[in-house]
Amino acid sequence: MNLTALLVIPLLTALTILLLRRHHLVKWTALIGSIIQCLLCFVLVAAFRKEQITSPSDFMYFIQQFDWLPAWNISYKLGVDGISIAMIMLTAFVVLAGVLVSWNIEKMTREFYFLLILLSLGAHGFFLSLDLFMQFFFLEIAVIPKYLLIGIWGSGKKEYSANKLALMLMGGSALVLVGILALYFSSPDKTFDIVRLSEIHFSTRTQRIFFPFLFVGFGIFTALFPFHTWVPDGHSSAPTAGSMFLAGISMKLGSYGCLRVATFLMPEAARQYSPTIIVLSCIAILYGAFATMMQKDLKYMNAYSSISHCGFILLGIGMLTRTAIIGSVMQMVSHGLMTALFFAVIGMIYDRTHTRMINEMGGLMKMMPMISTAFFIAGLCSLGLPGLSGFAAEITVFIGSWQRTGLFYRTATIIACMSIVVTAVYILRAISQTLMGPLKNPAFGNIKDANWNERLAAVVLIAGIVLIGMAPYWLSELVRGGADIIAGRLMSK
Amino acid sequence: MPNSLYIACIPLLPLVSFALLGLFGTRVFKNLSGLLATVLLVVSTILAIWVAYNYFFHFGQANGIYQRIIAGQVTWLRFSSELSIDMGLMLDPISCMMIVVVSFISLMVHIYSLSYMKGEERYPTYYAFLSLFTFSMLGLVLSSNMFQIYIFWELVGVSSYLLIGYYYDRPGAVKASQKAFIVTRFADLGFLIGILVLSFYSNTLDFNTLIERLTNPASPGLKTALASSFLGISAITWGSVLVFMGGAGKSAMFPLHIWLPDAMEGPTPVSALIHAATMVVAGVYLVARLFPVFSISAPASLDLVTFVGVLSALLAALIACTQTDIKRVLAYSTMSQIGFMMFSLGVARHGHEEQLGYSASMFHLFTHAFFKALLFLCAGIIIHLVHSNEMNDMGGIRKNLPVTHICFLIACLAISGIPPFAGFFSKEEILQASWQRNKVVFWIALTTSGITAFYMFRLYFKIFWHKPLGHQASHADTAEGDTMIRLPLVILAIGSLLTGFIPFGRFVSADGTPVHTDLNLIFSVGPVLVGLAGIFLARWLYLNKNDAPEKIKNGTRALYTAAYHKFYIDEIYVFITRRIIFNLVGKPAAWFDRNVVDGLVNTTGNTTQIVSKKIKGLQSGKVQEYAIYFLLGAGGLALLFIYGWK
Amino acid sequence: MHPGLNHLLFVSTSLFFIGVYGFFTRRNLVTILMSVELILNSVNLNFIAFNKYLWPHRLDGAFFTVFVIAIAAAEAAVAIAIIINLYRSHQSIDVEKAEELKY
Repeated sequence: MNLTALLVIPLLTALTILLLRRHHLVKWTALIGSIIQCLLCFVLVAAFRKEQITSPSDFMYFIQQFDWLPAWNISYKLGVDGISIAMIMLTAFVVLAGVLVSWNIEKMTREFYFLLILLSLGAHGFFLSLDLFMQFFFLEIAVIPKYLLIGIWGSGKKEYSANKLALMLMGGSALVLVGILALYFSSPDKTFDIVRLSEIHFSTRTQRIFFPFLFVGFGIFTALFPFHTWVPDGHSSAPTAGSMFLAGISMKLGSYGCLRVATFLMPEAARQYSPTIIVLSCIAILYGAFATMMQKDLKYMNAYSSISHCGFILLGIGMLTRTAIIGSVMQMVSHGLMTALFFAVIGMIYDRTHTRMINEMGGLMKMMPMISTAFFIAGLCSLGLPGLSGFAAEITVFIGSWQRTGLFYRTATIIACMSIVVTAVYILRAISQTLMGPLKNPAFGNIKDANWNERLAAVVLIAGIVLIGMAPYWLSELVRGGADIIAGRLMSK
Repeated sequence: MPNSLYIACIPLLPLVSFALLGLFGTRVFKNLSGLLATVLLVVSTILAIWVAYNYFFHFGQANGIYQRIIAGQVTWLRFSSELSIDMGLMLDPISCMMIVVVSFISLMVHIYSLSYMKGEERYPTYYAFLSLFTFSMLGLVLSSNMFQIYIFWELVGVSSYLLIGYYYDRPGAVKASQKAFIVTRFADLGFLIGILVLSFYSNTLDFNTLIERLTNPASPGLKTALASSFLGISAITWGSVLVFMGGAGKSAMFPLHIWLPDAMEGPTPVSALIHAATMVVAGVYLVARLFPVFSISAPASLDLVTFVGVLSALLAALIACTQTDIKRVLAYSTMSQIGFMMFSLGVARHGHEEQLGYSASMFHLFTHAFFKALLFLCAGIIIHLVHSNEMNDMGGIRKNLPVTHICFLIACLAISGIPPFAGFFSKEEILQASWQRNKVVFWIALTTSGITAFYMFRLYFKIFWHKPLGHQASHADTAEGDTMIRLPLVILAIGSLLTGFIPFGRFVSADGTPVHTDLNLIFSVGPVLVGLAGIFLARWLYLNKNDAPEKIKNGTRALYTAAYHKFYIDEIYVFITRRIIFNLVGKPAAWFDRNVVDGLVNTTGNTTQIVSKKIKGLQSGKVQEYAIYFLLGAGGLALLFIYGWK
Repeated sequence: MHPGLNHLLFVSTSLFFIGVYGFFTRRNLVTILMSVELILNSVNLNFIAFNKYLWPHRLDGAFFTVFVIAIAAAEAAVAIAIIINLYRSHQSIDVEKAEELKY
């Protein structure tokens, strides 16, 4: 399968959108583009399964390579393994839902959709590329439009949030860039190619110095404690689709980078820093959960809960066992879908009630059963109900973490487990105060339930959540090959 | 052996009905939803009975010992080559017994609800949730894998949450559902960690292998588990205790029982099904499922089970004497009876001679399901009649509800342990088992069963006799409704009458070999007398209106007040959650995040801004100034290069 | 006495510093432009001088001089265009007065 197609479609969609004038044409183009992208992802999975049977132990599949800047050994190199396929599918799904949710955007529709598709192009490129420089290039594409999305279509103190988000993420990228250049210059044949780099053993000193650059740099994207404060502000000010993209995909860019670049390329340093990573992620998990409990704004609540949930991803990476890594990737997918659904629903509620304060709502279930059900499902997924994706992912992380013996790792796992209780507290509190009880505000008496595009968006995401939740086997098996290779490198001396 | 597809259908049919009703219930099926769910459940029940019959009489035994049979397994999630979650169907005596109980009681409740819940706005949703519960509960009892049981454990938890909060616009119901979920979730945390511990040492999640590896003294897993200890307690004991914590949460054992009385906010048939007959005994079932591990490798944890069971039984019985809400009395009596089952398991030990408690516990679970469900269904009818849960609003309604009256009486006699009703036999075995093992437990249990008889008949007399008809109801009123409501009552009453005669020990025992439970008539005299004493005490106090109860209340004010306020356990919980967790952990965390962590970020930004404001004066906009700086710089560099370069 | 390389360099340096002085002290944009031309011409002089005295058989210096003259002409054209526009908007060509774009 030609992986370039996965980049060409968003690019063509984005360019076509720029040329169009009529708003509804813009929307339909975006929708069709993202549907095609989704279908292409299914084709990719099918092709991957077939390819995996013939050559089961390959590192990367469908590799494509052209020189880009031969003077510096920069090439256009694409390739996928199970992990990146999972992320690509996640991106396609979330973007499709995001396009559907933003159907009613009135202000500068064309520019909005252009930026949204551009973001998806960046994310796809990031997950596909096997060249560090190209990866960095796409990472930036996936950051900068967010500044505009929040600054123009946002709400609340949007300028502040947009600045904060852009600056912190740029700071992260700067660290990443330093790390990438360090890898480049310490490789004997000066290469950015991940496949080549993965065969090199960097000296302990290099690893120890530059691992933190890469891990923290990517970690900022994943809300690594204490660099997480862009998350609440950024998410709450962003427009609905922006929040969905931000929490659903953008945070995964970071965790994917942590896994694929930092941990994979510098295994020795990863082993050395593993306790630090674990401590930070445990803090994020529990502290994020407690902070969530106190939030009054739905979007803030979900943003803080994202910090807590992304802690599981980093915990899984930090634990370095194969199962934990699989769990961590599953958590990336699961959290991406779940949080996108959450933000989509919060956006729908906000469109109708014009408030996001939890205590101003109440009894919404009566007026909008469909939206409420979606909210319910997102909430239950978040608190790790079996049958929805969150459970399978978290359990895999727990089991993987428990395989690390020693009091320290055990304590960390137990701390992480404790969050399932706190999560239940804040999720149920939010659900009961917004959806249940008597109708609090009589003005909500005549609000309408979801319309077709919102329904479709919710269904797309819920389908993903339920599919993974009911049959997690396929996802874990999809990811296993890639995780095996990463874990194998971590184990070897 | 029957085709495993048929066995799989037992839990899957309710799932089908959940899916159908959940997706199309409100649009397509509407008032037919109940019928659809019931019909599917009838099939499921017949299959369950058929499978159980075949298991017990045909294929279950090998060499006279009942085997644990895995009838089909699908890998659901694989962690490593050893650890995986397999969705399986495990048939053994207790799971066969449980599928019959669960599907049967659920069927009764389905039928009862057909007319009891008629006209409800969310009728299809109700049946959808009920089906979800039935599916999860059947899946739970058939589990062949530690994580499978955990998965269904959570699912029954959530269906209980959904059903308690069925009347979602009542704040009380919403609070109660939340409380139920969170308290049991807290217990599940222990369960989860317990699973992690046990699975780590046995390196498997499969029940059969796990039990095999953790009970065989030669296996390396057990050796390490016994050798490694934390706080002076071996890892395997920790694992068992933590698993028991999960069970205690779901079974409303002290001190995790606080959610059960509040859970009565749900519709009454739901209370009958979930919070009396099936879900709450899941904890007992869990301990029974892992009984070999408990009894062989971690006997110390069984002492904890005994202690918790006895304490819960006694406490709940005392509280039940003071409550006036009919459903709450029943809830506490449920808790007390589950306490009986628990300590009965706790006093059992490994070995043929000492395993009587195990069979007794399962037997009591079985009989209790019938009479407790019956009590709740009767309570539902009574509540419909008087439109109140308060005992004081009732009285003298035996004429209005003849069938209910008789059924209620049978159930009360059964729970009080009066022969020949079902409760007598099972309670007798429990008492015998505790007599063998631990006299203190026996005496407490005996006292508790006396108190049980007392408060049940207090309930009975207050509702059906006590005073002339309450003013809400007149003689013509009857809420017994159509046959659909009466049928389950009658069936369950017959069950409460007859199930005691089943030679239970023959079928269900810890090691699969038949246990002989001969009734010792001399032994039985004591407990029966105690039960009768309780009944007559209640009759004396509550048959007619008199002031004796008030006097007793005043005489034992301290105890009464404490029991009336449920020994202030709720208040302690509120204190811990509100004061400590929210105020001392949650708020500081949120504050810290907004002010310290975010403050640091903002400080960085502000510092940059301040510095740049300070130095922006240099950017004067005057070209010639720039040129001077440039010249000076260039000159300086030139000097540096000429003279400074060595 | 023949004028040698030193003499020429002396002239060009003087020319350069006269230009720099004018560039720093004048406030009138046209004079500043003229100062810049002086600086450029001093450079031209240097090119020619070095070319003639050090590498007489090559033409690089002369070539660059022509190049600089061409650039200077273009620059003057642009600069005068700017000056005219500035005069139109500010009624003045004093550099001190055109400082709205600072910061």
